[in-house]
Amino acid sequence: MTSIPDAIAPEAGAAQAAAAAAESPAREAWRMFRRNVPALVGVGILAVILAATLYGALLYPGNPYEIVWAPHEPPGATAAFPLGTDYLGRDLVAGLLTGGGPTLAVGAAAAALTMAIGVSLGALAGYFGGWVDDLLMRLTEFFQVLPTLLFAMVLVTLFSPTLWTIAFAIGVVSWPQTARLTRAEFLKIRQLEYVTAARAIGARNGRIMWRVILPNAAPPLIVSATLTIGVAILFEAGLSFLGLGDPNTMSWGLMIGANREYVLDAWWPVTFPGLAIFLTVFAVSLIGDGLNDALNPKLRGR
Amino acid sequence: MGGTGWLLRRLGYGVILLVGVVVLNFLLIRLAPGDPAEVIAGEMGGATEEVLAGIRASYGLDKPLLTQLGLYLANVAQGDLGMSYFFDRPVAELIGRRIGPTILLVLTAQALSVVIGVALGVIAARKPNGPLSAFVSVFAVIGYAVPVFWTGIMLIILFASVIPIFPVEGMADIRLRDAPWWEQALDVAHHLVLPAFTLAVIYLAQYARLSRASMLDVMGADYIRTARAKGASEGTVLFRHALRNAMLPILTVAGLQFGNLISGALLVETVFNWPGMGRLAFESILRRDYPTLLGVLFFASMMVVVANIVTDLSYRLADPRLRNAK
Repeated sequence: MTSIPDAIAPEAGAAQAAAAAAESPAREAWRMFRRNVPALVGVGILAVILAATLYGALLYPGNPYEIVWAPHEPPGATAAFPLGTDYLGRDLVAGLLTGGGPTLAVGAAAAALTMAIGVSLGALAGYFGGWVDDLLMRLTEFFQVLPTLLFAMVLVTLFSPTLWTIAFAIGVVSWPQTARLTRAEFLKIRQLEYVTAARAIGARNGRIMWRVILPNAAPPLIVSATLTIGVAILFEAGLSFLGLGDPNTMSWGLMIGANREYVLDAWWPVTFPGLAIFLTVFAVSLIGDGLNDALNPKLRGR
Repeated sequence: MGGTGWLLRRLGYGVILLVGVVVLNFLLIRLAPGDPAEVIAGEMGGATEEVLAGIRASYGLDKPLLTQLGLYLANVAQGDLGMSYFFDRPVAELIGRRIGPTILLVLTAQALSVVIGVALGVIAARKPNGPLSAFVSVFAVIGYAVPVFWTGIMLIILFASVIPIFPVEGMADIRLRDAPWWEQALDVAHHLVLPAFTLAVIYLAQYARLSRASMLDVMGADYIRTARAKGASEGTVLFRHALRNAMLPILTVAGLQFGNLISGALLVETVFNWPGMGRLAFESILRRDYPTLLGVLFFASMMVVVANIVTDLSYRLADPRLRNAK
């Protein structure tokens, strides 16, 4: 987290010293988080999924695109293919291990873009107010009218479906809620004394926004960023399911979409990738809830 | 006071937002890589030079950009959303046939999720640490994390082979075409069960969690103590005093969620072959039928605008203080 600008450090120093005597907010948050069992379960699940996605292919070599066996081999029937095969006879374990990468990468990139757009626009609107605020809020309202998935579908269809266009489309449609949240935080914080103090000693607007207000607005934004990753992963899965994913890349959503026609013959090729998506988003939202409890003590119990 | 004026202003703003959507559609066609005429004709429409020339003329593609935009806006204002070159039908006609099923699905899902969700939340709030409260909290996190299309497919597996009591595909049984209307209506309702439930379940969980929190908040208020003190029955306290106040945040979320509900409907319609706008969007993507796709985007946005106005209206009904506000 960014430190308070040097120039106003003496003023803040006293308050900081008093707080440090008890405990620093970051440390207190960490202590709270560490004792939150569901959040730790979330961290555990996510760690396993990340490890499997990053290193799984080393331990379990197998080409997810290659037809290796008879189609629709049930899970457990052949030791070589523990989760069975899909409608073409491709190994599901190899597919799951490879398919997580694109889903997670697109989810993370899209969430980063969502936060970048949302925080920038929300900060400008909340800090400057007046016509800037009016203009940006009208823009936000306009984007909230567009049904997100449909708009993302249009973007991906018109521009070719690569991982980056998909991440871009998800980011472009998802930022309004972040912008609203950031704006509300900036509106609240810009009236506080330490902002007036920073202005009084001649700090420029940019410095006040990013070095003074943003660090103090961080707790709810961190929580929102976490939840945004979950939403972005579901989004990517939905687009791939509709056949709008990158056709050259195996992903969990694509596996569900491709095997959907045959669910009544074989339940497993659809069930396992869905469980993988569910577990990932579930883990992310457990972590988000845990961060929320740890960082926003006033909201605890909601 | 000023109720009509407020409504007119609100409607005017809605129209401005929709004009914005049309301008956005226009920009998307222009920004897409390739010749706009070919974009409009669709890559798989088998567009001949004649068709392309016709498109160039009717969209004024040889004229300056602003004239093109003006032409496009004028066409939409007259209800002309262009032609689907794949289906060889006007886009407005295609969507007109598909919008009813989508509205039916979305409204049913919305009603199911709000009513069941709020009921669960209210009951859970009576015992903040009881088993139902724990269930609501866990269910909310799970409901949020399940991909909606996957829930649908799992239900199809369950109800197609294990307990075949609900139809898993389409909207009506073709054999009932000549049956009396009420038999057909029942048939549609029967087909509606699984798609509506699939769509409702995510939001149901969220409403349950939200209304539980909101009720707990409200139940601590002074006016609840006053109501109890004057001897009101528990039912009156819960429903007349508490729920009415606790509904405000739920209304806000219900309004904001409407756009997401339509996005969800897109996936659910595809899973269950429900003949709505989402299914149409999916088909037009497969066929690169851009006019239809952009038309669906326009109509879906219009549904969100209308839903927002209805939300604001119900807000004013629920909270008399707002009636005098602008």
